[in-house]
Amino acid sequence: MSTSLGAAVRHKMLTNMLLVRHTEERIQELFLENVIRGTTHLCIGQEAVSVAMAEVVDAARGDTVTCTYRGHGHALALGMSLESMMAEMMGKVSGCSKGKGGSMHLADLGVGLLGTFAVVGAGLPVTNGAALTAQMRGNGAISISIFGDGTPNIGAWHEAVNLAAVWKLPAVFLCENNRYGEYTPYDDTAPVPNVADRAAAYGIPSAIVDGQDAEAVYPVLLEAADRARAGDGPTLVEALTYRYRGHSRSDPATYRPEGELERWMERDPIDILAGRMQADGQLTAAEFEALREQQRAEVQRVTEWAMNEPWPALEETLEDIWVPSGDGAAVGEGS
Amino acid sequence: MAVITCRDAVVRALDEEMARDEDVIFFGEDVGKAGGVFKVTPGLYEKYGERRVRDTPISENAIVGAGVGAAVTGMRPVIELMFADFAAVTLDQIVNQAAKLRYMSGGQIQVPLTIRMAQGSAGGFGSQHSQCCESWFMHAPGLKVCVPGTPADILGLLKSAVRDDNPVIFLEHKGQYAERGEVPDHAGHLVPLGEARVVREGGDVTIVAVQRMVGVALKAADSLAEQGVECEVIDPRTLVPLDMETIARSVEKTGHLVTVEEAVRAGGWGAEVVSQITENNIWSLEGPVVRVTLGAGIIPFSQPLEEHLLPGPEDVVAAVQRTLEG
Repeated sequence: MSTSLGAAVRHKMLTNMLLVRHTEERIQELFLENVIRGTTHLCIGQEAVSVAMAEVVDAARGDTVTCTYRGHGHALALGMSLESMMAEMMGKVSGCSKGKGGSMHLADLGVGLLGTFAVVGAGLPVTNGAALTAQMRGNGAISISIFGDGTPNIGAWHEAVNLAAVWKLPAVFLCENNRYGEYTPYDDTAPVPNVADRAAAYGIPSAIVDGQDAEAVYPVLLEAADRARAGDGPTLVEALTYRYRGHSRSDPATYRPEGELERWMERDPIDILAGRMQADGQLTAAEFEALREQQRAEVQRVTEWAMNEPWPALEETLEDIWVPSGDGAAVGEGS
Repeated sequence: MAVITCRDAVVRALDEEMARDEDVIFFGEDVGKAGGVFKVTPGLYEKYGERRVRDTPISENAIVGAGVGAAVTGMRPVIELMFADFAAVTLDQIVNQAAKLRYMSGGQIQVPLTIRMAQGSAGGFGSQHSQCCESWFMHAPGLKVCVPGTPADILGLLKSAVRDDNPVIFLEHKGQYAERGEVPDHAGHLVPLGEARVVREGGDVTIVAVQRMVGVALKAADSLAEQGVECEVIDPRTLVPLDMETIARSVEKTGHLVTVEEAVRAGGWGAEVVSQITENNIWSLEGPVVRVTLGAGIIPFSQPLEEHLLPGPEDVVAAVQRTLEG
């Protein structure tokens, strides 16, 4: 079931989905052009989950998010600046992590993003800690951990969900089930038909939502967030979605059955929301195209800006490992 | 000055820091109501309550991850992993997350987390409950590593570790929990990380040892003194940061270096000390450097085998004689 949101929120979600889409398409091109090195994991097709999640997060209250290496969409939706992200993609000093993190290690404490964790399962235990801080402080903050459908097969997932349930931590566990763990279909690696089924083992509520529809994801996340804030513990939310591209830069995704991608693309998250806004008289076709063009142009402008940004100074290589500690401890400088 | 045990020093340090700073929280397996499986944390649960002192499931990944997340968001958690061997279960959270989050975030994040664990042989605990694991953590920049071996050092270093804004691996030797020593009466006793302690002065040979091996080295030094050989025994107390200055100064005086580790030889902290001395002070050396270690051994259960594997004073005496003979 989807809940119709106000025109302003819908517009923001649509704009951010377009921003994420065009940013990632540009990132892919930049990889092929060798401007961006290493690897990357695109969320094209999954943007609805990112924008719905961001709508329930209030960084000013102390809400926090951990997600996976497929995190560009979450970061942008939460409000990380495109400049900060693009420069980080290229390893430039003006990136969110001064170029030291890259595509897989985005972080922006200002928008509540503790990190995009590059080891499967590593984010959930950390979200528990952030939720523990919120519980100790009693500030009404929550922490959301976003992960893929492969993650519930790793031990850290179970340890984290168990602890959150036992301590009733204000956490939300949000699964983006895009049907594939790396190259292997979900059904080949999991003994239960739904990720949400796992919640029963920990006595926590769960929900399965249409991850292509931002307005379907939002109310379910909001309810989970409210439950967490009320002290009733974590919820497991499974958003059914699909990544149009392969697992990573090097994956052409030839393992997918013929026609599967096309079927999912017929339910594109951007088209679903834009179509609904047009039907409700909140957006004209011309305005939609103008919005798309605006985001495309913005991505292009920022890309060119980032390409001209300086590299970090070589003296920076060993900086930011240690906090220069005052109170009673010498600064560690390795040995 | 009061005389207390190493066990007492742990709980006193935690008590003083929890009283001083309400952001200090403490959790781990059986640390609360039971007071710890080694009985090192009694009374904290009763004094600070179930919110600040928490018993956890047997879930090392969840324990360290919660510590990391709480530290990143402003708390100052102390967590216990019981046996240091169990750190292997959660090496990702320690080595990939706690150690690297600050760097990977370009300095945005800090992780003021103290991870306590008990290491070392305590007699008959077998291969998976007796290891000295300090070298595992020395290889992950971003982690500080404490290896205190006296009540005063445990008290002062644990308090400093809690106040440190970096993740600190705090290794206690479980075979030393009942050992006694003097500690200052006042609550402000801090030992800075990165300052070695000269335990015994001597001009002939420098012996570097930590935790229980300090006692072994001192026994060796006593018997060598009867033969007219004066050993200087140095306890680095922390391995990251490592006070090479104190060690190098001593080697420049003695010309001879022996390291004593209750740990595997390859890649141990002794190898690091020896490497740095040969890199920077080789012309001070008047004989070969000698490492006393477990070799490539695994701690066995059987008592005679375990005692045979662990370095004893006679091994240190032999090492000293070897370096002196050239």
